[in-house]
Amino acid sequence: MARQVMAAMAALAVSPGAFAFTGGAVPERFGGMTLGVFAAIIALTMYVTWLAAKRVKSAQQFYAAGRSISGLQNGWAIAGDYLSAASFLGIAGLISLYGYDGFMYSVGWLVAYITVLLVIAEPCRNIGKYTLGDILAYRNHYKTAKVLAAASTITVSTIYLTAQMVGGGVLVKTLIGIDYEVSVVVVGVLMLAYVVFGGMVATTWVQIIKAVLLVIASIVLVVFTWAPYGFSLPGFLEAVVADPKVHAQVAKVLGGDGGMTATELGQRFLEPGLYLKNPIDQISLGMALVLGTAGLPHILMRFFTVPNAHQARISVIWAMGIIGGFYVLTLIIGNGAALNVGAATIASFDRGGNLAAPLLAQFIGGGSESALGNFFLAFVAAVAFATIVAVVAGLVLASASAMSHDIWVGVVKGEHATPAEEVRAARISAIAIGAIAIAIGILAKGQNVAHLVGLAFAVAASSNLPCILLTLYWKRCNTGGILLGMTVGTVAAVVLVLVSPNMSYPKIEREAAQQVIEAAPAKIASLEAALAGAVDEAARRQADSALKDAQVALTTAQTTVQSLEGKLTSLVGLESPLISLRNPGIYSIPLGFLCVILGSLLWRRDRHARDKWDELYVRQNTGIGAEQASQH
Amino acid sequence: MTTPAVDWVAIARHPRFQELHQRKSRFLWGLMAFSVIYYFLLPIGAVYWVDLFRKQVWGPVNVGLLFALSEFVVAWGIAFIYSRHASRRFDAMAREIAHAAQGSV
Repeated sequence: MARQVMAAMAALAVSPGAFAFTGGAVPERFGGMTLGVFAAIIALTMYVTWLAAKRVKSAQQFYAAGRSISGLQNGWAIAGDYLSAASFLGIAGLISLYGYDGFMYSVGWLVAYITVLLVIAEPCRNIGKYTLGDILAYRNHYKTAKVLAAASTITVSTIYLTAQMVGGGVLVKTLIGIDYEVSVVVVGVLMLAYVVFGGMVATTWVQIIKAVLLVIASIVLVVFTWAPYGFSLPGFLEAVVADPKVHAQVAKVLGGDGGMTATELGQRFLEPGLYLKNPIDQISLGMALVLGTAGLPHILMRFFTVPNAHQARISVIWAMGIIGGFYVLTLIIGNGAALNVGAATIASFDRGGNLAAPLLAQFIGGGSESALGNFFLAFVAAVAFATIVAVVAGLVLASASAMSHDIWVGVVKGEHATPAEEVRAARISAIAIGAIAIAIGILAKGQNVAHLVGLAFAVAASSNLPCILLTLYWKRCNTGGILLGMTVGTVAAVVLVLVSPNMSYPKIEREAAQQVIEAAPAKIASLEAALAGAVDEAARRQADSALKDAQVALTTAQTTVQSLEGKLTSLVGLESPLISLRNPGIYSIPLGFLCVILGSLLWRRDRHARDKWDELYVRQNTGIGAEQASQH
Repeated sequence: MTTPAVDWVAIARHPRFQELHQRKSRFLWGLMAFSVIYYFLLPIGAVYWVDLFRKQVWGPVNVGLLFALSEFVVAWGIAFIYSRHASRRFDAMAREIAHAAQGSV
């Protein structure tokens, strides 16, 4: 039965009729080749799922792959789970548009794993079973802890999931022109096939395959981009800072050349301050990354798949090597895209720069008219697609485990469920969560979701991490603490984002657009005069592109005014943001910790939490009584 | 499964376990504090030490770029140091404690 359904879905996924090419970065005549690359990668993951499905019979297989994943394999899977499209394409894009700041932004994503390595991975492996709920329920009131952990897991995962589904749908449309809705449904159905039939085993292998493909793609891009400069870093950057496209981009970002020479403009690209302006916001985001990663349920869950704490440690070391190495490569990829493709072209496909890496792939293969160029582009696009599916699968598996293992088996059935019942519950939960994910993806079409990944990290850092950390390391921590910490931490992070500049404020946006419209006629007239009076070809081209930019800005402003007609306030009824920070971490993370401490001190009656402390502390440090791998 | 028979309080009070706990705590929180401080120097420096960050040291490569690259090296270094220390010292102590505890029941 499982085989038939999967074969049918694989056929749907690769049948050309399901896709309608409407443009995108791949020229239409190379559509068949693109589909071929996609089909090959999907077929490979389906084959792995089919192999996995035969093994997944027990709850331990479904949730934790029988604890038989090695440290090396788990390291690749963590990298596959973590390197979402936002970091894979987004950071290369930021570097291509804003130089140094884009690279600086990538650092926090690696440093986050030091927290995971030092204080989270091994203790969690030693005392945990399948979920965040198992860790928090160890010494706190069982049902309270399970319900809180499940609610938090589903909240964090759903926020992250929405960003992946919507961002992924838009990305696939821009890359290869598949309709947004089709892409959301295909991502959803594929991901469900992996999770429902193959559980953690298939999800792990899909993540490993994706991470390996991603690293191969990055290395190929770097070798082709860097080789002409003899693999010399100064030599390569010399070319970047000397490029007129880079000079134009810096002048554009700074709103004029400010009297700088071309050399100074080029060098400015490698200096801070083009993208990240508010240092407090930076620190706030840094805190959310460094503390939030360790509180992400789908990352936490990966440590239950290895046989022991030692392998958990090895898996983080591998993950840090792969993730860090990947970000170092993006330095070459991002700057290479700025040099070879140019910021203006990259931004014309996608304003956030997400197409920098794919367009660079097209360039190094011979350009938009060459077969090799489009093969490279198709390969990078397919890797991006696999990335979305793999990350979404991990998120859905984490949510489904919380729903079935924590809520249904733990709270409703009081741990009295047969293994077969538990696996069935997990599969039903996965289908329910998957259906919700597809629905959210379609409903949220056109919404700005860029800030949602940051919000997921902030919620995880403000609620999950304080609760995990203090449960593991503070004797006085108890049920009152996690009750207050979880609720206040989550609510604080979400509310701070709802009143932040991330939301859309129609009144302010309309006023800004009105100003653009009023200033436009004079600006366009002066640019037209400049164009008419241009003395040489370079000046003419510059005036022409400035004129086109001004015309686009006018049209955009007019559309904005039209679409905001009659709207006055943001989603929560504000005319302007209450705070200037985009990232809530700097307030909500200390608040989360404070609430766990206060709640624990005020909650007097929790004898159980104290009695269990010695047991928990000995177990997390020695591994005595830790969950064993399944016998084969 | 040994869980029900283990005397957790006795192990927790055992001098060997106390020693493991103290060594581990000092080592872990020390490394953690160092890595967090080193990381936040980057965004802070990018705003407050702009002149230093702009100083070119190797063609167009400036101090800021080298500092950002050093963040990767430091992160890997911490991972390496922790992993080696844990595998050599903590794992052996934990095994010894677990062995003694399980042998005595």
